[in-house]
Amino acid sequence: MQAVTENKTFTPKIVAFCCNWCSYAGADLAGTSRLSYPANVKIIRVPCSCRVNPLFILRAFQRGADGVILCGCHPGDCHYSTGNYYARRRMTLLFSMLDYLGIERERTRVEWVSAAEGNKFAATMNDFVQTITALGENVKLGDLRCKQ
Amino acid sequence: MQAIAEKIKAKALELLENGTVNRVLGWEDGEMPYDRTPAVFTKDELAELKYDHFCGANLSKYLIAETKKDGKVLALLKPCDTYSFNQLIKEHRINRDNVYVLGIPCRGKVDVRKLRARGIEGILSIEDDGTTITVHTLYGDETCPREEALLERCLCCKGKEHKAFDEVIADDKPYVEPGHDRFEMVDKLQAMSSEERFAFWQGELSKCIRCNACRNVCPACSCLSCVFDNANSGVSSKANVDPFEEQMFHIVRAYHVAGRCTDCGECSRVCPQGIPLHLLNRKFIKDVDTFYGEYQPGEDTDSRGPLTNFTKGDVEPSIVYGGDK
Repeated sequence: MQAVTENKTFTPKIVAFCCNWCSYAGADLAGTSRLSYPANVKIIRVPCSCRVNPLFILRAFQRGADGVILCGCHPGDCHYSTGNYYARRRMTLLFSMLDYLGIERERTRVEWVSAAEGNKFAATMNDFVQTITALGENVKLGDLRCKQ
Repeated sequence: MQAIAEKIKAKALELLENGTVNRVLGWEDGEMPYDRTPAVFTKDELAELKYDHFCGANLSKYLIAETKKDGKVLALLKPCDTYSFNQLIKEHRINRDNVYVLGIPCRGKVDVRKLRARGIEGILSIEDDGTTITVHTLYGDETCPREEALLERCLCCKGKEHKAFDEVIADDKPYVEPGHDRFEMVDKLQAMSSEERFAFWQGELSKCIRCNACRNVCPACSCLSCVFDNANSGVSSKANVDPFEEQMFHIVRAYHVAGRCTDCGECSRVCPQGIPLHLLNRKFIKDVDTFYGEYQPGEDTDSRGPLTNFTKGDVEPSIVYGGDK
């Protein structure tokens, strides 16, 4: 009985790395358009999706994130021309490795969201939070010492 | 094998005497009769040079330091070592002008741990006729099928062709290696459920004592200052305290060499705990091959690695998490 109540109160912590030139503005647009998305999505602004070192993602999980999402410009639209192409390869390999080690593969995601896609941003976040809530707490990649 | 060693020594002596090189990078006896340690020899010390079935160590990485010194060094490279050599040339880590590469033949290297697991103790030397290995020990001779004594990497031998050399000593009697599929175990793991994989890796990685041997031996891990030496990294030179750290070190180590790892297998060879580290590297190799086309690092010195390259039509990361797999 207790487990059920605990499950109900579980609110996942989500870290979203957002590119300054697109998804961060997209999040802004979602806000100004009064679209709602869960407050447990913590946005970290990065200059380009390519700025995200795979270590950032591991660190986020270590410090208690239950899901990590990377949002960047659509392929071809990178402010720096090619950054997101590199990010795409990097993340594909990292996610594949996490899956190989037995980490639930739904915990990580990459979405391309432009500055004009406030709707898509909100929808993506809603969907991601739902997925993570269903998955439950991140136990496999968390660091016990970082628990509060 | 003795004949090859003599040939190598004669060649080295010739190159030292005609002034092409002033020292030789090779292997010498280590602490135990089956240990071979990389070492640099001058002309007078050349008698100490050893080459046999125990010389598994890849000498390429030692050239980073050696080629910074004065004069040319003679490097004895086995075929698979030349891949690492090429990769280091590509990364501008080796000064090609300061090294003379002598390609030496390889007939597969022996995994002492596998012999010990068969109960063979007091190993002194090895004889190999191409199918059976005879181990001379303190307690008499033992035999073992060749396939069960070779290092894992030799079972999946990349070939006997040197990819970089100034001169090659050809093998008069080249052995054919078993030619196992190097992705067999990776496929097997991938076929498991997520929970089983997690359990498998927890079992393996929790053995890690963070001795850094895998990092130190890896020819691709050649950064002057390493992320793991940073005291703030949270993982610098200490044993793991929880599952996160166990995974963290190994994910990052493997990731840092992704697209550059030549699959030389040194990491697994030196691991004192016997963790199959090559399985992490091979996962990246397999992913690169399937997602971005086959790529063998170290085959040449000018191609762009898969992670420093892209195409507009690359697969999306959702290939990993989207849909059934």
